[in-house]
Amino acid sequence: MADLTSNFIGIKSPNPFWLASAPPTDKEYNVRRAFEAGWGGVVWKTLGLDPHIVNVNGPRYGAIWGADRRLLGLNNIELITDRPLEVNLQEIKSVKRDYPDRAVIVSLMVPCEEDPWEFILKKVEDTGADGVELNFGCPHGMSERGMGSAVGQVPEYIEMVTRWAKAHTRMPVIVKLTPNITDIRKPAQAAKDGGADAVSLINTINSITSVNLDLFAPEPTIDGKGAHGGYCGPAVKPIALNMVAEIARSADLQGLPISGIGGVTTWRDAAEFMALGAGNVQVCTAAMTYGFKIVQEMISGLSQYMDEKGFTSVDEIVGRAVPNCSDWQHLNLNYIAKAKINEDLCIKCGRCYAACEDTSHQAIAMSDDRVFSVKDDECVACNLCVNVCPVENCITMEQLPVGAIDERTGKVVEADYANWTTHPNNPAAKAAE
Amino acid sequence: MDAKALAEGIQAGRLDDDALKAGFSDLHPNLDGHEALVAADRCYFCHDAPCITACPTDIDIPLFIRQIATGTPEAAAKTILDQNILGGMCARVCPTETLCEEACVREAAEGKPVQIGRLQRYATDTLMAAGVHPFDRAEATGKTVAVVGAGPAGLACAHRLAMKGHDVVIYDARPKAGGLNEFGIAAYKSTDEFAAREVDWLLQIGGITVETGKAMGRDISLSDLRDRFDAVFLGIGLGGVNALGAPGEDKDGVLDAVDFIADLRQASDLAALPVGRDVVVIGGGMTAVDAAVQSKLLGALNVSIVYRRGQDRMNASVFEQELAASKGVRIITNASPVAVHGNGAVREIEFEYTDDQLQPTGQTFRLAADQVMKAIGQTLEGDDLPALEGRKIAVTGAGRTSVDGVWAGGDCASGGDDLTVTAVAEGRDAAEDIHSSLMG
Repeated sequence: MADLTSNFIGIKSPNPFWLASAPPTDKEYNVRRAFEAGWGGVVWKTLGLDPHIVNVNGPRYGAIWGADRRLLGLNNIELITDRPLEVNLQEIKSVKRDYPDRAVIVSLMVPCEEDPWEFILKKVEDTGADGVELNFGCPHGMSERGMGSAVGQVPEYIEMVTRWAKAHTRMPVIVKLTPNITDIRKPAQAAKDGGADAVSLINTINSITSVNLDLFAPEPTIDGKGAHGGYCGPAVKPIALNMVAEIARSADLQGLPISGIGGVTTWRDAAEFMALGAGNVQVCTAAMTYGFKIVQEMISGLSQYMDEKGFTSVDEIVGRAVPNCSDWQHLNLNYIAKAKINEDLCIKCGRCYAACEDTSHQAIAMSDDRVFSVKDDECVACNLCVNVCPVENCITMEQLPVGAIDERTGKVVEADYANWTTHPNNPAAKAAE
Repeated sequence: MDAKALAEGIQAGRLDDDALKAGFSDLHPNLDGHEALVAADRCYFCHDAPCITACPTDIDIPLFIRQIATGTPEAAAKTILDQNILGGMCARVCPTETLCEEACVREAAEGKPVQIGRLQRYATDTLMAAGVHPFDRAEATGKTVAVVGAGPAGLACAHRLAMKGHDVVIYDARPKAGGLNEFGIAAYKSTDEFAAREVDWLLQIGGITVETGKAMGRDISLSDLRDRFDAVFLGIGLGGVNALGAPGEDKDGVLDAVDFIADLRQASDLAALPVGRDVVVIGGGMTAVDAAVQSKLLGALNVSIVYRRGQDRMNASVFEQELAASKGVRIITNASPVAVHGNGAVREIEFEYTDDQLQPTGQTFRLAADQVMKAIGQTLEGDDLPALEGRKIAVTGAGRTSVDGVWAGGDCASGGDDLTVTAVAEGRDAAEDIHSSLMG
């Protein structure tokens, strides 16, 4: 059993799995059970000023599903906590007192004025919480009132509010970023400039999950109308991973701690976020879908993986894949692969054939008795056949060794690394010296 | 176990109503909406799918399953019925485990194929329950076609011809249309009068007149039909039954399995149907299994199927064999009947073990039997028929016979398996060929 102890910006927790600020962390009853289940920490659902907000009384969530109605993406129009501030503060204090080894972070969202921030930060400090997270991310409802992503979309506001927060508390300050922007590095830079101890990302993505074709209204539908919500769950993981990597590999943002959020469902997802630079991860949709118990799989899975890799600390994973995050122009054009179909594993569904035939390359042959084989003289190694094949590892991409002939181009595979910047077809290429 | 169950001889009312009802309930009940979605989700939408190739009627299975998965089972039904107008019955009686589901790539991958047959039933039942008949007739051609036999081949042929705008008269010797669907299939495969309801639904196309009680050679003749109609399709099935050729075959209690099955299907009260205590069914096909299983379900105490070759040669599918075994039917192989014993009525039947080449071994045994059912194959009946090939009507192409203007399909015609779905395909294809000939 590997040591999963986490120390994120000085906040210690027995593992790097925190529950994100969301409905599962809205009250003491939940958070106690989450800790009993094994979660390393929680970010308490966002507190605001009294009078507390209200939620809609119709559906708050919409979803998309994969095969067998497996939930892949969840959309919500729920707002911040709809309970009085004092109730939440007392509960936070009570939980923290009983679980001193767990991380308790409090998410906050108040109007863009210094006084309310000063007011609420003092209140939170009295609870004994380990830190705060500034919610600059929620894209629905609160953003219409000048909070949430309305702040997160303006780097100047991020920097300003972060500065206030740092000025009025000794607690570590995490700034939660919205993905509803064009370049995630700009808000991250603003948070850093404001003195943030860390950023957390991503918050939810503006979304309409579906349209009711009888009512002609977006789902979830409230009395015949719908409003865009925030999208999360496994479907957003690729977007989140990229944004985490963008920050992690930015020279200007070097060293800015990241708490990774966005579709983390299994230990593997968590490890991927950490490999791309996240110091820990926050989980919401998976817990909302399957319950708190999933953390036990995350703990055992990450532990087994670390043991197999010989890692003794989670920090050894953090950022390990960042040096390999490159730009297209620097990818090696002399790396040549071909798809290979394992006939023993093949179940003869022909999806690889249909995909290759109808997409672009016509590089898979199909015999009368449904034996599928790759035409090396046509295969560009696009990987689509691998992606559509229902059987894991049935189709693989095999690298051509140096010296072999690429039957598609008739050229010998070269050992040298060569990328687009020096390619003869590139008008901007520098001439070889 | 009460006295009725143990009573010797052929007796009615061996089981109470509840037991009969349970035994003869739907073998594969229709999927509910949730089950259908879960089952449909498993389809990979294969390219040039093996299941389509394996289907005698070439139903576009991946397409209809995708239509179910996207909430349009009515469109799925149309996809099925375009190719197979008796898709509802075929969903119930097709040996899918040796056709589409055997070919399903998930059978190769996991040993669990997509439940194609049950999904097909879900789609077709949905459409039929809505009372929708999604086909229209083309403009009237003024041509007339006689179809002899209202079984699967004849019905499929008639429907396609009517759709093309021809006027069709179907003649059938029995008092009801449906052929083997109505008279020759185990009751638990066609519950709630499904065969009759399907015929009524099929006839909604219009342009088809059904004349029952009209037998070839008795009430109608091929030459007469050729004179009165522009074309004739023969889908007369196999009316005769092979004999055992063993002494004592004429004793009371020895009957044809097809008659037992037909009587059972037409019975309004199963409790009134007599069945033996010790039933022996001779044969190795679907008819043998249908007769044996239903004997058991009626309350026969001991039921055996005796087949002259090895079990791997049985025409009944493995699924059917397992169904029989699960109901308590004993399957004895490599044994041929040599004598029926008894004084007036059968008391015992004697078999001789045979090797795989059907050579007698000299070793014999006797089984107690108060009822013996012969299910050793049916034969074509009638004279005045087109030329034969072997014991069936010779056909070339899409059912063309040796007689100009006469087509044939289904069990009476040469080639193809004797399956409902094959009969449908042959009837449909003959109709297309008849249409081309008439309009050419």
